[in-house]
Amino acid sequence: MPEIKVTPLGAGQDVGRSCILVSIAGKNVMLDCGMHMGYNDDRRFPDFSYITQNGRLTDFLDCVIISHFHLDHCGALPYFSEMVGYDGPIYMTHPTKAICPILLEDYRKITVDKKGETNFFTSQMIKDCMKKVVAVHLHQTVQVDEELEIKAYYAGHVLGAAMFQIKVGCESVVYTGDYNMTPDRHLGAAWIDKCRPDLLITESTYATTIRDSKRCRERDFLKKVHETVERGGKVLIPVFALGRAQELCILLETFWERMNLKAPIYFSTGLTEKANHYYKLFITWTNQKIRKTFVQRNMFEFKHIKAFDRAFADNPGPMVVFATPGMLHAGQSLQIFRKWAGNEKNMVIMPGYCVQGTVGHKILSGQRKLEMEGRQILEVKMQVEYMSFSAHADAKGIMQLIRQAEPRNVLLVHGEAKKMEFLKQKIEQEFHVSCFMPANGETTTILTNPCIPVDISLGLLKRETAIGPLPDAKKPKLMHGTLLMKDNSFRLVSPEQALKELGLAEHQLRFTCRVHIQDPRKEHETGLRVYNHLKGILKDYSVQHLPDGSITVESILIQATAHSEDQGTKVLLVSWTYQDEELGSYLTSLLKKGLPQSTP
Amino acid sequence: MKLYCLSGHPTLPCNVLKFKSTTIMLDCGLDMTSTLNFLPLPLVQSPRLSKLPGWVLKDGSTFLDKELKECSGHVFVDSVPEFCLPETELLDLSTVDVILISNYHCMMALPYITEYTGFTGTVYATEPTVQIGRLLMEELVNSIERVPKAQSASMWKNKEVQRLLPAPLKDAVEVSMWRKCYTMPEVNAALSKIQLVGYSQKIELFGAVQVTPLSSGYALGSSNWIIQSHYEKVSYVSGSSLLTTHPQPMDQASLKNSDVLILTGLTQIPTANPDGMVGEFCSNLAMTVRNGGNVLVPCYPSGVIYDLLECLYQYIDSAGLSNVPFYFISPVANSSLEFSQIFAEWLCHNKQTKVYLPEPPFPHAELIQTNKLKHYPSIHGDFSNDFKQPCVVFTGHPSLRFGDVVHFMELWGKSSLNTVIFTEPDFSYLDALAPYQPLAMKCVYCPIDTRLNFIQVSKLLKEVQPLHVVCPEQYTQPPPTQSHRTDLMIDCQPPAMSYRRAEVLTLPYKRRYEKIEIMPDLADSLVPLEIKPGISLATVSAVLHTKDNKHVLQLPPKPPQPPASKKRKRVSDDVPECKSLKPLLSGSIPVDQFVQTLEKHGFSDVKVEDTAKGHIVLLQEAETLIQLEEDSTHIICDNDEPLRVKLRDLVLKFLQKF
Repeated sequence: MPEIKVTPLGAGQDVGRSCILVSIAGKNVMLDCGMHMGYNDDRRFPDFSYITQNGRLTDFLDCVIISHFHLDHCGALPYFSEMVGYDGPIYMTHPTKAICPILLEDYRKITVDKKGETNFFTSQMIKDCMKKVVAVHLHQTVQVDEELEIKAYYAGHVLGAAMFQIKVGCESVVYTGDYNMTPDRHLGAAWIDKCRPDLLITESTYATTIRDSKRCRERDFLKKVHETVERGGKVLIPVFALGRAQELCILLETFWERMNLKAPIYFSTGLTEKANHYYKLFITWTNQKIRKTFVQRNMFEFKHIKAFDRAFADNPGPMVVFATPGMLHAGQSLQIFRKWAGNEKNMVIMPGYCVQGTVGHKILSGQRKLEMEGRQILEVKMQVEYMSFSAHADAKGIMQLIRQAEPRNVLLVHGEAKKMEFLKQKIEQEFHVSCFMPANGETTTILTNPCIPVDISLGLLKRETAIGPLPDAKKPKLMHGTLLMKDNSFRLVSPEQALKELGLAEHQLRFTCRVHIQDPRKEHETGLRVYNHLKGILKDYSVQHLPDGSITVESILIQATAHSEDQGTKVLLVSWTYQDEELGSYLTSLLKKGLPQSTP
Repeated sequence: MKLYCLSGHPTLPCNVLKFKSTTIMLDCGLDMTSTLNFLPLPLVQSPRLSKLPGWVLKDGSTFLDKELKECSGHVFVDSVPEFCLPETELLDLSTVDVILISNYHCMMALPYITEYTGFTGTVYATEPTVQIGRLLMEELVNSIERVPKAQSASMWKNKEVQRLLPAPLKDAVEVSMWRKCYTMPEVNAALSKIQLVGYSQKIELFGAVQVTPLSSGYALGSSNWIIQSHYEKVSYVSGSSLLTTHPQPMDQASLKNSDVLILTGLTQIPTANPDGMVGEFCSNLAMTVRNGGNVLVPCYPSGVIYDLLECLYQYIDSAGLSNVPFYFISPVANSSLEFSQIFAEWLCHNKQTKVYLPEPPFPHAELIQTNKLKHYPSIHGDFSNDFKQPCVVFTGHPSLRFGDVVHFMELWGKSSLNTVIFTEPDFSYLDALAPYQPLAMKCVYCPIDTRLNFIQVSKLLKEVQPLHVVCPEQYTQPPPTQSHRTDLMIDCQPPAMSYRRAEVLTLPYKRRYEKIEIMPDLADSLVPLEIKPGISLATVSAVLHTKDNKHVLQLPPKPPQPPASKKRKRVSDDVPECKSLKPLLSGSIPVDQFVQTLEKHGFSDVKVEDTAKGHIVLLQEAETLIQLEEDSTHIICDNDEPLRVKLRDLVLKFLQKF
């Protein structure tokens, strides 16, 4: 029986390093190619040697699909394609294709220039890697080869984030990447049609969370920022350059405007303006409201938010700073954090998920003494707040997506094992489908049961649908045909056509039965009695009395002849072909019981 | 398969395709050339136009002089301009299931169809098509509605009266069908029925047909359409271009293997080379401005104007035009310029790459930033303060009958320093100018039509090899004014089938197969038999389910167990309920082996006789006779059912079932 195999190389019972291998109907597809923010050694990239020990990746993979531009989904791509070696197609949406190389370059700079690592991918490798990228539109059916096709759906996680359907014949898999089921201030909600995949591979970051309304969280966020600024404190919001940052900027911008606040808001790194520019050019990927009004007022042109300079961090007085990266694991956000951590008036707001091993994760889990590089201990006195603004679906959202797509199986990735366990139970209970949660390197096999498409001759189909006076067109009909199989082509034709095509003659099998009945009358009178008898019983059949005295029931012929020896006995010859076997057999047994006493 | 042709205009098509069980309208073009018969609508009271003499019949009757005015020997209707709609009587348009739009020029009749015919279906179009189409409609409605006209002429439409009028009014077709412009609420209602689609998106219609838009290379979001079932493929090619301008290149490969290719929207100016025209446009513009004159460019608010601005962007500095103001006046000018920058995914590769940087794909962003290009919603308001001459003005409508262009024609027409440059190919420039005659201003005709020319068409057809080509009749003969140019027509084998307005074509295609799915459990139960090397067959008896035009074969249900009750049954209860089908048989029965088999099964008195065509096998005791011939077997016996069934099964062992 055909099967679909799934092996996570990353993101199996974990968040980070998303990389999932899928084998479907002989095709191998790699979903995402991410890095792990919690590691700085070999573990930061997926172990591609799993795919093949010797031999080129290109020969083993039919294509690679990148769901969105976050580094935990695309960070290993240049390493994979240029250093390990892969020349096949890489698919992603246009905004992802535009933004991904910038984040990769940023990542490379931090790793190589700041941390001084060698043996890392180079700028040129990023460029060469991007040359292998094929950009896809939403809902476009991309034919990877003759059998394999992929299709992108809107995921609403960040600009350009997409879910992908991978389809071969009747079998299909949907991979969600990261997604968000509720529209936010700049993006729309994820959407998929009822595509009934054999398997849905979904993220499960917030598997156990059901978040309160977005409005409450926003109010809470603004209140905290406002209070801190009012008492003269500084607010640090570690973010990734693209994504949540824009949503929170829109939020603060409108709040500052409304409240007429004066405290400065800064956005760190040179990426800001560039990032906002991407949002302006790819405005068709944002939500309905922004798209509708962009001609009058472009939401990504901010009045109150200015570029940050490193020196500003030491300025006295209140301020709000958005700094990258979002998990406080390196770069400017970490630098500012170290400067401000000692003052209890200040506040750091973590607006998203932090993976294990990052400073962000440590302070969120309550650690207040951090060991920094060079054995230095940093005491955290500033307030630490966590607000879930990351655009992942919560438990409710995940269930909603499953309801939308109606998969036959579900597989969880991109989440923590304990939380997955809980969600898995819930899914199995509610939808009665199998749910899997393989660890990294563990293979899940799903049996599929694809139906077989064949060509049916229109003549046969029309004949079958026309047969019989069926008042109810929806009622299923029994049909009979011959399936011809030749070089992988399957054709269902009428038996007559099959014989003709094969140059064979039909062999006619005919039966003639002699039925003896007692009837002293003349032969033609016997015939008439038989006719009336049958006519009375076989109401749905065409029963005819022919001029020569014989009777037909459909194509069955009945003749009454005299018995050679006994005048009181007549012999009925009932003759039918094999195709009328049932009726013929029935008639003989019926006639054998004799004729009813005739009424004059 | 049938094609109903509702429009006679080859570049503004409107056809309806009946294919399998679906009714699909292909494009919804609005023929606006009818407006050329009307007087222009001036924004500002024009003494010249209001003083035009009424038209008087030869016999001196003046009853039409309120409706018809004469200008330099031409007669115009003095009324709100009207448009020539597609046929609405040829078939019941409420039965149309879907409308496929190929580009924003071909959807201008949409409100007439969706709002007045009982249409309840869905319209499919790409996002740029819808957004820019909306802008074109908005501009049209706006420019007509802001010049309210007190009178509406209808007397001239009377058949008896029309007969007396001079050409071209006399020959105008279907004037009774001409309609006034729709309103904004109607536009919004029509556009709300559109569903957005992307290139190469497969859209299922009722499970019977799949439609797919493909890039056609002509305009932002412009598409050709594939309409196919599993076995038949119709390509609808409308407004395509192979030139590299701003849109994504045309997808030709996907048009291959079409059974029928419907070809519309070819270039209207087959003799003009667009590149050459752009050059002429620039040099005429520069010359006029240098001489202190103004340049007027009547244009649509989207499309070629983007390319012209891009050319000028590269040209103005070298031509010393840096200080000449460029004005773009249209109620939708700003929207059009903004929208052009956000459709990166629909643009050609070069422009896409720019967006990745990220930079705006069109350089007019820079022209606006540096104040070289200014845009205004109309001549009123800010424009009158900023207006400096000499200058270049881009404004609509290209018919010169309404929109801000009317004002500039009146303003600049009297001076020979000024130039009007026609770039849009939809209207004859001489007809467009007629109500402004006599005119001192220079007129330059540089039509830029990037759509396919006949050389490109013949190359395309060779490449994609459709079985049949269908096209408007205009394409099957040389243009009427150049009857010797036999190169200016479609040349293909078999010859293209042509259509004209209000005609119904039966397309030559016969379907022979349909797709059906065999459920896995049924497939498992099939027993294939190799009948010839490489060819296997299996007989299939199954239940056919048809739902949403999809056919599925399932295992027949197991016969229900006879009820255990011992009630006496009536004879008729036993009547076989439906004719259960038996397979056909094939093969022949070797007599020796058959006899052996009979003997093995306990028939000891078998006797064989030869006949002319075969053998007769006799079972003497049972008084049974079996005639064996090459292609038939006949069992003649007494009414001994167990015996008959036994013999039947023995015979069947030798035969193949179909």
